[in-house]
Amino acid sequence: MLLIPCPWCGPRDEAEFHYGGQAHVAYPEDPAALSDEEWARYLFFRDNPKGLFAERWSHTAGCRRWFNAVRDTATNEIHAVYRVGEPRPVTA
Amino acid sequence: MSPGTRGHRTPGADLPDHPDRLWRSAEPKRAYDVVIVGGGGHGLATAYYLAKNHGITDVAVLERGWLAGGNMARNTTIIRSNYLWDESAGIYEHALKLWEELEEDLGYPLLFSQRGVLNLAHSLQDVRDSVRRVNANRLNGVDAEWLTPEQVKEVCPIVDISPDVRYPVLGGTYQPRAGIAKHDYVAWGFAKAAADLGVDMIEHCEVTGLDVRDGRVTGVRTTRGPIAARKVALAAAGHSSVVAGYAGVSLPLQSHPLQALVSELLEPVHPTVVMSNAVHVYVSQAHKGELVMGAGIDAANSYRQRGAFHIIERQMAAALELFPVFARAHVLRTWGGVVDVTPDASPVVGLTPVEDLYVNCGWGTGGFKATPGVGWCYAHTVATGEPHPLNAPFSLDRFTTGKLVDEHGAAAVAH
Repeated sequence: MLLIPCPWCGPRDEAEFHYGGQAHVAYPEDPAALSDEEWARYLFFRDNPKGLFAERWSHTAGCRRWFNAVRDTATNEIHAVYRVGEPRPVTA
Repeated sequence: MSPGTRGHRTPGADLPDHPDRLWRSAEPKRAYDVVIVGGGGHGLATAYYLAKNHGITDVAVLERGWLAGGNMARNTTIIRSNYLWDESAGIYEHALKLWEELEEDLGYPLLFSQRGVLNLAHSLQDVRDSVRRVNANRLNGVDAEWLTPEQVKEVCPIVDISPDVRYPVLGGTYQPRAGIAKHDYVAWGFAKAAADLGVDMIEHCEVTGLDVRDGRVTGVRTTRGPIAARKVALAAAGHSSVVAGYAGVSLPLQSHPLQALVSELLEPVHPTVVMSNAVHVYVSQAHKGELVMGAGIDAANSYRQRGAFHIIERQMAAALELFPVFARAHVLRTWGGVVDVTPDASPVVGLTPVEDLYVNCGWGTGGFKATPGVGWCYAHTVATGEPHPLNAPFSLDRFTTGKLVDEHGAAAVAH
């Protein structure tokens, strides 16, 4: 089980959290202008790296707030957590 | 033994010789007609049918670990074809028909046991969806029945059908031709049969790059040197995104851990396979006697072959809800594999934007049952350069055209 450092509540068990997948996926500014390929990419394609991944978590059993984390999917090590709206921190 | 040496034997000297190898472990050649990336069930089955159905034997199966040591060694071995949509029924039923003759075809025992599968319904919506699926199955020639709770109890006497539990059993679908097989034997059977036809099995050979020239794949780079190939067929399951990425191909996949567990060996108590989407568990009893259980994926993406304990705890709770008799069983072992999940819970099998590069991925939590079927169809795709009619609906471009094959109802948890 992961120990996830919520930016507001501190380190808590993974079971308290809800996962939100890749972070920083913006809704297209003008969806109607997208080609089918671009729309498919927005709708169905997400990064799936073996390595550092910026992702969303919600502390559903705690403060109930969303935040972002940079985690290494090869090791599960969490390199950074940061608040929604903040840019992805530079991590080693 | 000569009389003079009696009593002075070297310990172990009278042990039998090592049995014959089922296949020879090959050294990589410099070039092949077809290189298959991934020596799991799908890769091995594809190699076998390339050789058998299409006469293509200049084939290498590259495996970064040992053959069938990934998800093929980690799945819960459930075989069924009772999916909702025509496209899925087509490929899964093709697989089931092949399973029914596979031991004879491969000349190898697989412990294939058609003990049936029950998919339980626990709510009115479950019941409606299940009955609809039974009707869809029948229209597609897939054996399926709707059972009342009492009939469920007849098929599997240890299921608790009392009406006063949190999620009462309101009935279930039953596919009598479904069952289980011994996953290792399946891999070994395909590997042996393919090797006998001339396919090279190359273990401890990780693919680290794909060579693409003018939009066409020309070979692979590996930890054991470069290998040229006229065609490259990916069958890398949880690592498909990584490998396809070497050629700049994006796939609509997310890789997650999927866990399973077994109990200690028990007397035969469980005559069939029971799955429940609502309470989130699937259970069978292996030939040897251990209860084999699985449930859903761990939510967070990961390439680690392990998951969180609360997932195990919840699936045990679900199992106990359905089978109170399991209360005194013990967890002997838990483990995890990495599964590649698509947005519509259906696989991706076919061509890629790179010429001569083919992809088979996205089977998520349910690839084992499809092993012979997808091997058959994928081999056709690779051999002819055109998708087999049964895997044509599972093209990569369905995510652009919107023609998804949404099998979340029949697949999701309950693969």
